[in-house]
Amino acid sequence: MVATDAEAHATSDPEAAWHQRFDSAPIEIEVNDLTIRYGETTVLRGVNLDIRKNEIFGIIGPANSGKTSLLKALNRMDMFTPGMNVQGRIRINGCDIQTVKNVYALRRSIGVVFPLPVGLPLTVFENVAFAPRLGGVKDQAELDIIVERCLRRAALWDEVKDRLDSLGSFLSGGQQQRLTIARALSQDPNILILDEFSIAVDPVTTMRIEDVLKELRKEMTILLVTNLVQQARRLADRTAFFLNGECVEIGMTECLFTRPVLDQRTKDYIEGRCG
Amino acid sequence: MNPVEFAPRSFQRNRDWYIDHVVQGVVFIAGISAIVFIVGIFIFITKEGMGFVLEHVTFRDVFGSMYWEPSDEDAPDYGILALVAGTASVSGLAMIVAIPFSLGAAIFIAEFSSGATRESLKVLIELLAAIPSVVWGFIGLSILNPLIMRLFDVPVGLNVLNAGLILGLMAAPIMTSIAEDALKAVPDRYREAAEAMGATKWQVTFRVVLPAAKNGLLGAVLLGVGRGFGETMAVLMATGHSVNMPDSVFDSVRALTATIAAELGETARGSDHYGALFAIGIFLFMITFVINLSADLIVRGVKNS
Amino acid sequence: MNPFEVTGINTTNKRTQALFRLLFMMMTLLLILPVIIIMMTLVYKGGSVVTYDFLFSHPTNGMTAGGIFPALFGTICLVTVALVVSVPIGVAAAIYLSEYASDNWLTRLINLSIVNLAGVPSIVHALFGVGAFVIFFQFGTSILAASCTLAVMTLPVVIVATRESLQSVPMAFREACWNMGATRWQTIRRIVLPNSISGILTGVILEVSRTAGETAPIMFTGAVFFTPFLPQGVMDQSMALSLHLFVLSTQVPGVPEALPYGVALVLISIVLIMNSASIAFRMYLRGKKKW
Repeated sequence: MVATDAEAHATSDPEAAWHQRFDSAPIEIEVNDLTIRYGETTVLRGVNLDIRKNEIFGIIGPANSGKTSLLKALNRMDMFTPGMNVQGRIRINGCDIQTVKNVYALRRSIGVVFPLPVGLPLTVFENVAFAPRLGGVKDQAELDIIVERCLRRAALWDEVKDRLDSLGSFLSGGQQQRLTIARALSQDPNILILDEFSIAVDPVTTMRIEDVLKELRKEMTILLVTNLVQQARRLADRTAFFLNGECVEIGMTECLFTRPVLDQRTKDYIEGRCG
Repeated sequence: MNPVEFAPRSFQRNRDWYIDHVVQGVVFIAGISAIVFIVGIFIFITKEGMGFVLEHVTFRDVFGSMYWEPSDEDAPDYGILALVAGTASVSGLAMIVAIPFSLGAAIFIAEFSSGATRESLKVLIELLAAIPSVVWGFIGLSILNPLIMRLFDVPVGLNVLNAGLILGLMAAPIMTSIAEDALKAVPDRYREAAEAMGATKWQVTFRVVLPAAKNGLLGAVLLGVGRGFGETMAVLMATGHSVNMPDSVFDSVRALTATIAAELGETARGSDHYGALFAIGIFLFMITFVINLSADLIVRGVKNS
Repeated sequence: MNPFEVTGINTTNKRTQALFRLLFMMMTLLLILPVIIIMMTLVYKGGSVVTYDFLFSHPTNGMTAGGIFPALFGTICLVTVALVVSVPIGVAAAIYLSEYASDNWLTRLINLSIVNLAGVPSIVHALFGVGAFVIFFQFGTSILAASCTLAVMTLPVVIVATRESLQSVPMAFREACWNMGATRWQTIRRIVLPNSISGILTGVILEVSRTAGETAPIMFTGAVFFTPFLPQGVMDQSMALSLHLFVLSTQVPGVPEALPYGVALVLISIVLIMNSASIAFRMYLRGKKKW
């Protein structure tokens, strides 16, 4: 059961609204006692999370608080990261990702957008057709449909439809970031992860991407790591605050801003006094 | 517009997964091939040469004698002292020529030139390093030989001086480019810090850059020594190739490498002479191995610090 | 008083500076000039010999006259077979080192072996070629044995050039692909290799230039002083340009003076042209990045 935005906002109590929308939703990502180390340094310790299906889950916190490491662990990028050691259990859709037989298929179900946009040195078309091709789509007509759909949904189609053959790495920063989102969507993911996507993007593009995300929440679970506290407030249903490798607090986003929070450190960060 | 449906999602292994693992296995085998070849080189030259070393000679026969007469049918001599002296004298002279010049050139390229000059000098040095050793040997034989005879009024121009100069010119470009890399590896902030305190370019070079790059420069010198030591065709053609303990730079000598090159074709497989040449090979292999190993360790030390 | 006024110390420093610059420049020139003079001598003395006939006819009169075609052709054969052997191994090894290997003792051992493989004297490679390819694998003295020896010897050139070229592809591209669920191999084939293939080619051209000039490793493994026949297959022996130069200048009596100069000129031209091509290609690529 997914309620629309309008319904959600109609309810005055954010907590009740969340329960109304997500209590019946299955748990998409479940993180149990997750600890991540690089060699001797512990970057994340004892994190517990559960993210519901179709929820936008925000993560805020200063640099070096272990946010990016969590994302890496989620799609098993620790495999390719020398020295990274992950302990604890992560289940996606009830499936323990440490025991997944084919991590590549797992990653295909998770779309990732990086802080800095990465346009692959391929044409715009091939950038978006990359993941479907990996998935075995060969038919050109089918690829055309996928590419157009993904570019439209990433609000990029109108800008690039006449130059699908130019290099993706030569687009402007904001366009490349939307290209990256289109690429993530082309994987047809269940989960979309955005890691501080607005760092290298101008405010107008940021707002356009935020609108895109509001649309996408109907179809997928979104994990939004952001450096902008207000962005979390605009988008996220629930938000977690990370500090120095610890998950300090998880709460209904509105509650974090409007009600007394459990931990003083959260309050300090939100009000700009630390981090 | 109809949304395109993907195949139902499963995390089972598929063709791509297996291909990836096969490729990983194949490139791994290729990756360790370098180790296999190095070990193979040691095993195969030892296999051919060890019999001779174990059965026929003592340490003193080889390293205590300067007579190399392996083809004497009654009493062959396998003393390599003269050959070692030949190699050492030629390499030594080559280093005396090459070290100051290549370090000077490296300093000029890295610290005192810029832009197009720098680029073209680097290209030129790279091209010089590419000249084949047999061409160098030919140059020693046909250009340097008459030149030395005329300039110094000596009967033979194929001697330590000739080979040393040739080898020096050969080793210098390589040493220059490695030394230049070492100098460039010194972070610019060192230079900037010194220049901000009012030091001039040469003060910066001598007080800051050279001390900071000294390991890399030492590595460059060692690699040059290794190169000189192992050079074959040029020393074969330019030394005069006569077994001799050199007294002066105008004496002809014979080098370890050149001996193998000159005599391997004339020996029967399995004979003592044949085994002796492979034994020299083992000796050369081990010496260059040690030289390269220490050069590598020294240069690596720079990178780590 | 003007605080920036030139003082005595400053002028001394300036003069020393100029002096040192001059000294180092002289050293550089002394390194380069003799070689240029030598090269000009080669061109001057050998230039008149090198004609179309010289390149494409057989040696006659006990090698004291005629051309160098069998040697030229033999060198081309030797280099080609050596490339066929070493390029696949070298590129695969570089892919392993750059894309798969983690920083552990094995990788360090491989790197050490590569450094040593490049540093082992060429005559020791020749002994290895005799022991391994000629005798143990029973290739006999043949192009195959000689080329395998050359391949082992020049393997470090391909590995190092390829690895550098692979590593110049930014890590972010790989991570983007991996995050989309591409396997390592799919990432390499679709993104990394297409963007480094020209760098690899540069390395291969460099290897051609190295291989063509080598003499010692082929002397006892497959190259011969003289044969009237062109090789018919990889198990045949063959002449080679580098060995031909050695033979003409040391082993054959009564060779006219200009002949070895001509051979040296041809050999060095091949090597330097290949090398320059590699350098020019590298510079062209530097100005033509896709990111």
